[in-house]
Amino acid sequence: MTTAANPTHTGSAAAAESWIRMYRQMVAIRLFEEQVNELYTRALMPGLAHLYVGEEAVAVGVCEALQPTDYITSTHRGHGHCLAKGASPDRMFAELLGKEAGYCRGKGGSMHIADPATGNLGANAIVCGSAGIATGAAFSAQRLGNQRVAVCFFGEGALGQGVLYEVMNLAALYKLPVIYVCENNLYTEYTHYTETTAGDILQRATAFGVRAESVDGQDVRAVHAVAARLIESARRGEGPAFLLCNTYRYTGHHVGDISREYYRTKQEELLWKTERDPIKNFGAWLIEQNLADAAVLERMHAEIKLEMEKAVEFALASPYPGVEQVGEDVYA
Amino acid sequence: MPDAAPRELTFAQAIREALAEEMRRDSRVCIMGEDVAEAGTPFKVLSGLVEEFGKERVLDTPISEAGFTGLAVGAAMTGLRPVVDIMFGDFITLTMDQMVNQAAKVHYMSGGTWKVPMVMRTTLGATRRSAAQHSQSLHAWFCHVPGLKVVLPSTPYDAKGLLKAAIRDENPVVFFEDKMMYKQKGPVPAEEYTIPLGLADVKRAGSDITLVATSSMVQVALGAADLLDQAGISAEVVDPRTAWPLDEHTLIESAKKTSRVIVMDEGYERYGVTAEIASVIAAGAFYDLDAPVKRMGAMHVPIPFSPPLEDVTVPTEQTVFEAARALCGRS
Ligand SMILES: Cc1ncc(C[n+]2csc(CCOP(=O)(O)OP(=O)(O)O)c2C)c(N)n1
Repeated sequence: MTTAANPTHTGSAAAAESWIRMYRQMVAIRLFEEQVNELYTRALMPGLAHLYVGEEAVAVGVCEALQPTDYITSTHRGHGHCLAKGASPDRMFAELLGKEAGYCRGKGGSMHIADPATGNLGANAIVCGSAGIATGAAFSAQRLGNQRVAVCFFGEGALGQGVLYEVMNLAALYKLPVIYVCENNLYTEYTHYTETTAGDILQRATAFGVRAESVDGQDVRAVHAVAARLIESARRGEGPAFLLCNTYRYTGHHVGDISREYYRTKQEELLWKTERDPIKNFGAWLIEQNLADAAVLERMHAEIKLEMEKAVEFALASPYPGVEQVGEDVYA
Repeated sequence: MPDAAPRELTFAQAIREALAEEMRRDSRVCIMGEDVAEAGTPFKVLSGLVEEFGKERVLDTPISEAGFTGLAVGAAMTGLRPVVDIMFGDFITLTMDQMVNQAAKVHYMSGGTWKVPMVMRTTLGATRRSAAQHSQSLHAWFCHVPGLKVVLPSTPYDAKGLLKAAIRDENPVVFFEDKMMYKQKGPVPAEEYTIPLGLADVKRAGSDITLVATSSMVQVALGAADLLDQAGISAEVVDPRTAWPLDEHTLIESAKKTSRVIVMDEGYERYGVTAEIASVIAAGAFYDLDAPVKRMGAMHVPIPFSPPLEDVTVPTEQTVFEAARALCGRS
């Protein structure tokens, strides 16, 4: 209850507004992913779908601390990052279905959504594939002096890739405004991260002189607070940072990964869903702080659900690109 | 007594059986890669191997393709026979220095003293709606490099025999599996056999036109041959089985016999496997050819996600049929 008394937090109208926005955004991601699951299981969505359910507080807490002109790079589990950075669900669904109205005109699909208008440099299907891109965006922001910051989202599996250490070294040497956000959801595909990760994760960053912090990735306020601090210091020219967000994916590695008992227990999944759900816990906190009541939150859910259903309808009704487009865009 | 029906295995089972047999036969053979142990890879190709051989010989690695490929090169030089698993062929990009500058050259650079007896298993093939970074067929890259061998099996029978030969080979061998083929069934005898690397196989005999096809394109060629048959054209389907070493003799002899050739491969046409094979045939069967050798491969674009776009990027039975008819002057 101590935070409620703190005027710089709950006391300010701007903070309250921001919290409601974050809540709404987390719900939007969750309901978006529910529709994806539905589309996939009804065989309406081609390819694979890697859901972000359970990890919403990470993308939302970090992106709330960014400006629209700031950059992000994302991963195969990227729907949450795209939405949190401002993408609209209808064009995202259209992309997921390979339709012309999609963000990439159907050429990218779920794992490759990119959107210059929201500073999204692209989701990436190569693990750690965008570490270079994010660092390069920070490099140009510094050289162009435009005050932008780049955030590189990646799963803890990317800690296995050497390029991450090469670019962290570069970022530290040149004091680049880039934040490496490691989403540790405990598992790569079907393997617990402790079986593939030696030593201490934060020390991998501090060894290069990159500031490193860890945070409860299920607590959107905590994520936002630390992200805002690191982002603003990067913006001031104080160099890169590494933020380890401890989180959990509720569903399979992809939608088809249904029998998971050989790598994690049902009890473990249940525990995270019931005790550590970022939306439920944050909703309870908002109510407790008199920032919202249950009815308002319920109405919000219903509105967003409707919005997602409309977005899916839009995508389903949209045409595929004409085959003549297959050869377009290979070169600029 | 009538013969018992031949035993059938899926492509994935044939791969697994080859690995299991070689691991039983030679304790130096081991597997390393991402999610290869309990998960048995996302395609479930290796299911059951960790139970029989243990985690030391079926090693789950971090997502460090460059690192564990390098580990395999060093281990192969010093007494093991590693089989590296690269989940998607697209990720070979991350292993290139280890394969091209290290594995491929060690034997030559050391004047024949060090050897690198390792296998890299990986995948190729589009039309799985996996988009540009999970759908490529990049085997031609390795064919370009002296010191590497490149295997492109098209049936469960070939997959098993070729993989066993690859594991016994004293050189680095890259083994490409079409991921759309894993569930395809075919006869595989229970008895021990290997298939030498560098020996083509005539998958169907014919007299009017030769369809040279690799990996995923062999089924397409056989389907097209059926269609051609109905149109009164007799097509021969030749599968080189290994892109390097290349069985030039069988390819040229078939071309001489039929006088018309289409070469098909799922890699890009430009500077690709089809270009090499077409030039071998053009040179070797020059005086017997009645038409220029035609090539069919992946369209020169990154593989698009959208199904209607992706579908036009690879040859199909119908497009091969039409090309063959045109080549025979019957369109
Ligand atoms: C370089 C590379 N190697 C392997 C893969 C296959 N792959 C896709 S996702 C994944 C696991 C990624 O785990 P993590 O980075 O922790 O992200 P998460 O899926 O847990 O969000 C793997 C191995 C890939 N896409 N890229």
